[in-house]
Amino acid sequence: MTTWNVVLLAAVLVLALKIAGYLVPARVLERPTPSRVATLLTVALLAALVVTQTVQGDGRHPLSIDARLPALGASAVLLALRAPFIVVVVAAAVVAALLRLAGWMA
Amino acid sequence: MTSSDPERSAALRAALAVGLAVAAYGLSFGALATASGLDVWQTCVLSLFMFSGGSQFAVIGVLASGGLAAAPAAIVGSTLLGARNALYAMRMGPIIGGPWWRRLLAAQWTIDESTAVGTAQPTLRGQRIGFWATGAIIYVGWNLTTLVGALVGDLLGDVRAYGLDAAAAAAFLGLLWPRLRSRQPIAVAAGAAVVAALTLPFLPAGVPVLLAAVVAVVIGVTNWLGPKTPAGAARSGAAALDRDAGL
Repeated sequence: MTTWNVVLLAAVLVLALKIAGYLVPARVLERPTPSRVATLLTVALLAALVVTQTVQGDGRHPLSIDARLPALGASAVLLALRAPFIVVVVAAAVVAALLRLAGWMA
Repeated sequence: MTSSDPERSAALRAALAVGLAVAAYGLSFGALATASGLDVWQTCVLSLFMFSGGSQFAVIGVLASGGLAAAPAAIVGSTLLGARNALYAMRMGPIIGGPWWRRLLAAQWTIDESTAVGTAQPTLRGQRIGFWATGAIIYVGWNLTTLVGALVGDLLGDVRAYGLDAAAAAAFLGLLWPRLRSRQPIAVAAGAAVVAALTLPFLPAGVPVLLAAVVAVVIGVTNWLGPKTPAGAARSGAAALDRDAGL
């Protein structure tokens, strides 16, 4: 499978889901279980992605505790202070970059 | 947009505030995508056709750590993350109305932010204005900033020096944060994080994220820690969206 295959197949599937939603009668949403699972699925996937993006290493060392962890801590503090999304993302990059520049937790 | 038309200006104000903030974040997507091995064209195709931030970051995140060996996990992960757009589409369908081609056009722009701004407006007209304006601003802005990020990212070299890998983690946390307003989603997030962390060292890239999705299905089907009344449960998805808007 080439990178192009992945890009196109994933894009088609995500777009197809959006279109499929407009074809489903609105009644289905009134049933609690499908609605609840769909909402919670997003929460679970995002939480797992936060973890993997923060501590995933390379092929030789699957786990890596580095500058990403304190950067994530900084972004959590900013989110608790209701900072705008873009500020949170940029601040995390700046914290990680400065820590690496200083030679800590490269 | 005059004071004589408050529903229109309120919807447009919300669309502009949310739209500009989110569109700017395409820069980090563009830069991270080229850093993970995609070329500029592939990066732009994702923003033009997939157009769903969480799913796009999932594709490049899994490819960056697992390479093409992780291709199936990248596709399944981005599709599962995109499943919530189908839910948003079901909510927006009656609001959009009109002929089928209008809903087809709306489908491409049906994402977290356009649905949140749209459904947060008090009148049907405001809801339509909010949805279309937010969708348009983000679609144009997100694609332009993706292109700029991809071009600049290519020139930057090792993006770790600029902390862009940490920016991706922060972006996912920023998408997650507004959803953690009650015990049930907090329990799901904690469970999913633990599952991902424990399985990460032993499984191929991308698979821990899919395993974490099982936590949502188990807690969702059993409704553990959920609202007691059936009516409350049915509304929880819609209520979460309205809170996301925070407008």
